[in-house]
Amino acid sequence: MSTTVDTAMESPTASRGIFNRFIRRNGWTLGLLGILALLLVATKIIQPNYGPAGIQGLAISVLPLALAAVAQTCAVLARGIDLSIGSMMALTSVVAAVLMDERSEGFAMLVVFGVMLLGLVLGAINGSLVVFTRVPDIVVTLAMLFVWAGCALLVLSTPGGGSAEWLGQLTRGPLLSDWVPKAAVLLIVVVGVIWVPIRRSRLGLSLYAVGSDPVAAFRSGVSVTWTKIFSYMLAGLFSAMAGLTLTATTGIGTPVPGPYTLLSVAAVVLGGVSLAGGRGGVFGPVIAVVILSLIRTDMTFLNVDTNLATVAQGLILVGVVMVGSLIQLRRER
Amino acid sequence: MSLAETPAKSRPRWTTASGIRALFRERPIVPLVGLLAILVVVSEVIRPGIVSPNWAGVMVRAAIPLAILAACQTMTMLTAGIDLSVGAVASMSGFLVATLVADTGLPLAILIALVAAALVGLVNGVGSGVFRVHPLIMTLAMSLVVLGLANVWQLIRVQTGSGVPSAFRTLGANMVFGFLPLSLVLFIPLAILVMFLLNRTGFGRLLYAIGDNPVASRLSGTKSWQVLIVLYVISAILAGIAGFLYSGLTNVASVTLADSALLPSVAAAVIGGTSILGGRGGYSGTMIGALILAVISSILSSLGYPEAIRQILFGAMIVFVAAAYTRITSD
Amino acid sequence: MTTSSTGYLLEATDVSKRYGAVVALSSASLQVKPGEVHALMGANGAGKSTLVKILTGGVRPDAGVIQVRGSERSAHSPAEARRGGLVSVYQEPALIPDLDIGSNLRLTQTPVEPFRDWAQRLGLGDLDLSAMARELPLASLRIIDLARALAIDPDVLMLDEMTAALPANLTETVLGVVNERRGGRGSIIFISHRMTEIAAVCDRATVLREGETVGVVDVADPDSADRIVELMLGEIVEDLADRDELLTRGRLDPGISPRLQVKGLAAAARLRDVSFDIRPGEVVGLIALEGQGQDELFDILAGSERPMSGEIVVDGRQVSFRHPADAIAEGMVFVPADRAEALLMQRSVRENIALPFSVRPRNWGPVPRGREKPQVDGAVERLQIDTRAQREVRFLSGGNQQKVTIARWVAGGMETLLCFDPTRGIDIRTKHQIYPLLRELAAAGAAVFLYTSELSEIQLACDRAIVMFNGEIVAEMHVADADEVTLLRAAHNLKADAALPEEVVAAAHAEEDRIEEEPSR
Repeated sequence: MSTTVDTAMESPTASRGIFNRFIRRNGWTLGLLGILALLLVATKIIQPNYGPAGIQGLAISVLPLALAAVAQTCAVLARGIDLSIGSMMALTSVVAAVLMDERSEGFAMLVVFGVMLLGLVLGAINGSLVVFTRVPDIVVTLAMLFVWAGCALLVLSTPGGGSAEWLGQLTRGPLLSDWVPKAAVLLIVVVGVIWVPIRRSRLGLSLYAVGSDPVAAFRSGVSVTWTKIFSYMLAGLFSAMAGLTLTATTGIGTPVPGPYTLLSVAAVVLGGVSLAGGRGGVFGPVIAVVILSLIRTDMTFLNVDTNLATVAQGLILVGVVMVGSLIQLRRER
Repeated sequence: MSLAETPAKSRPRWTTASGIRALFRERPIVPLVGLLAILVVVSEVIRPGIVSPNWAGVMVRAAIPLAILAACQTMTMLTAGIDLSVGAVASMSGFLVATLVADTGLPLAILIALVAAALVGLVNGVGSGVFRVHPLIMTLAMSLVVLGLANVWQLIRVQTGSGVPSAFRTLGANMVFGFLPLSLVLFIPLAILVMFLLNRTGFGRLLYAIGDNPVASRLSGTKSWQVLIVLYVISAILAGIAGFLYSGLTNVASVTLADSALLPSVAAAVIGGTSILGGRGGYSGTMIGALILAVISSILSSLGYPEAIRQILFGAMIVFVAAAYTRITSD
Repeated sequence: MTTSSTGYLLEATDVSKRYGAVVALSSASLQVKPGEVHALMGANGAGKSTLVKILTGGVRPDAGVIQVRGSERSAHSPAEARRGGLVSVYQEPALIPDLDIGSNLRLTQTPVEPFRDWAQRLGLGDLDLSAMARELPLASLRIIDLARALAIDPDVLMLDEMTAALPANLTETVLGVVNERRGGRGSIIFISHRMTEIAAVCDRATVLREGETVGVVDVADPDSADRIVELMLGEIVEDLADRDELLTRGRLDPGISPRLQVKGLAAAARLRDVSFDIRPGEVVGLIALEGQGQDELFDILAGSERPMSGEIVVDGRQVSFRHPADAIAEGMVFVPADRAEALLMQRSVRENIALPFSVRPRNWGPVPRGREKPQVDGAVERLQIDTRAQREVRFLSGGNQQKVTIARWVAGGMETLLCFDPTRGIDIRTKHQIYPLLRELAAAGAAVFLYTSELSEIQLACDRAIVMFNGEIVAEMHVADADEVTLLRAAHNLKADAALPEEVVAAAHAEEDRIEEEPSR
């Protein structure tokens, strides 16, 4: 009995079909990796002494933004968006800094866990408000951006506090080889330990389901409500970790949110994650963050003003999204 | 077919629950003005004697530039979009004039600033309308570009934050008779224009239509890209004008001057009843929303509360008001 | 004890549900015996889908009692309903497009082996579980959805228009599987328009009309089909136009040249080669089964999509539309089936009607209220739209909403009116206001082209009927000849005397059943 089925299934060499499918599904990420490779080569050409020290610096500066991008990805995958990430980072950063200040190293470990818990709570509040008030997520998270930023100011009105030494040690310096920055390892471990198991679980599937087609998800027995709240909780968790890395790398807490929110959205879009949800993963946005940072670094080497780097970042974002949208439109035709 | 439709209620009865809801839904400005009145009373209670014509004038003067930025948000939100570049554009415009006026004279400097703003709006409009990029992303990205370019310009010109023209300072900061802000002279015609545009023109109708139902609009013959391009250009020009007032009000010209006004501009529109999902809202509510935000700021500073509390209250208020609107309008 | 004292596996009593002003169900009931295949029938908008959604937890009822095996069950979510043994296979497959099939199975906790078995039985034996749902064709997705439901051996399986998107061979397989489950532990609720399928596999049929259950029919009875039709239509049966009146229609001056000529129009997939003419002053009705290319045809004529080949000629000039605005400029206006696509729900009736006036940039300036008001008011008057106290169009009834859509073009002016299923989901009274309206508009000089899924409407509203099958026009006839049976046969692309495939299947099954039943007698 023949039915109309995907032609890939009928191709004689199944392995070639699988390869094609891999390319098709991961094309964007592969493209990003390609651009990254080119950039690294270019960097080496521009600055021949670019070596382990440079990679170190890159990794440390990338770490907070990469985690922010992962946080945003979690929210966007379920068809949401979280504009309060920058503020959550600030809040968790100052809470950690204040609690760790002049305390024992052991206590600091408790603080780290406590702050991660705090991130979950902040996310749960965000998510619950989005779901139960039925106000669009842009408006809710925009409002919570103010709320969390205000809370951060209440905790610390000016930059201050302290950070445990071991926490800083986690991010600074190389691990095993000069070429492997601890910051990079930390990023990989954190994302790997938390995100990967979730993504493979039913919970992760629910996230993608809700983002891809909420009605079909509902009919498949997924609780859209709790899944959305969970997605925001994940965003909160990763934001908290991003905040922790801020405290770890700078040694203090800063209550003023940096440009992380906007940049996290940019990273997500550049990373191939659809704002409509359901598609993409964390890998792309992280690569996008590295690319953006590397561009900035290269411009510094070229003695180009950092502001032009900002312009470049903005233009790249504009160009990429326009091209991306065009491709989308063509495909829909 | 038994359709138990609600019987005709040509005049909402204020005393019944459904009557009050109808009031909120159809004339949202009434409860907004009520809220404003309550806040004014609270101000008086906290600091007896503070409420005076002069105080009111100060409130209005502070609210005017915000209200202009909020007009940009109102119009773009009606189409289910948003304009996150208004802060950067406003700052840039003020800054451009301040740095050019010495060389080119005021009228030309203003023209250049507004043309630059319009160009930004054009890119926003093309991105959103033709390439169908989500306006959030598009305007966000442009804000980065504008900020960067403004910084570069600053470096080129070397002289930083020089000469905010006295005309701006007068317009932005002066009070007439001690309680009427001079900027009303600019604002009132602008407000009338915006309201006329939204309520009485075909263009305004199309804004509502595109936001309410892009498919239906298209099937009725609307070429939305045309509308969106014009919309974002108008938005950017308004942001530029707001920038002039901001620089005049604060006598500062910096590339990040109006950035802190971006989110309050969205807040004012949301509080004023404009839905971010499109198709619903208007400018009259937004203006009251801007005033409400100004009064809240004033209350908080007279209470001696730190900036932190202001931000928290801002945020909580936005959620609360938006939730109330959503509940009421979904009946 | 497996059944309640009344012997029913599933019993729904007095279920009601409204959405704002619209009553979807006012008093629906359903009794399903164990082991039976029970048909749920009714016209579009009668409430069938709503009832099914309530039973399987997708929607919460306003009132009513649902009992499974005698004990009251209320499912607040599809997951809960599933656990209680009630599973639905909807028209839109409940598969997540961006997940592969294996993940979709895991999401719903469907056991893989039984699923594979069922997929095999239903004809998808070589299904690749790592294929993305998005990449598979609709027919496959529907089968997968069905296999998923069968894999957990539900007590009550609900099939909503299961065969609608399936090619003939898959339909046969599915009907076979349905037939096999008869007499087993579980039951099946079968929603379908197709009488012959119902005759083939169902035991009893419950008929809904305008949200109420109006009767239950034993399918085995010889005149069950007539009885069902009678119940579905209600008292309107006698309203059908009489033959004499029909013969007077379509008498146009042969000298009039066509307003619209379509020649060899083709588009991707379902539209192959369509040609026909429409002259001003006539109402032409299009009949087709689902998915025969009619959607594409109308989208092209409305200017929303572009054809791959073929010509469109309006008033003797060839035209090419790149946007609905181009079509509107040629006087071709479109009333879509889905009112959600046509109306600005949060805006007023006035704004909705006046929308086309503001569309072109030269009309972006101040609205000429003085000129606009009489035109809008005139249209409201003419269509008898009830605008009492309704500021937002979404609060109007379906019928009134549809009138607003038509009013838009009455006010704005039209030369060719394209209507896609204009009376879908509308109450009878409004329907009977729309038919004469269409004829009036034609009499006033418009060319009206109408697609309908209700065969009886042809004789109520049209001068001519054309029938589409597989992307081509297969029949054209004068309205006097366009009775329901003839149209149905033509829609299946059959000559007058050939039997319908379903009839053949039904006959075959009936023969089987007869042979099976004999030994036990």
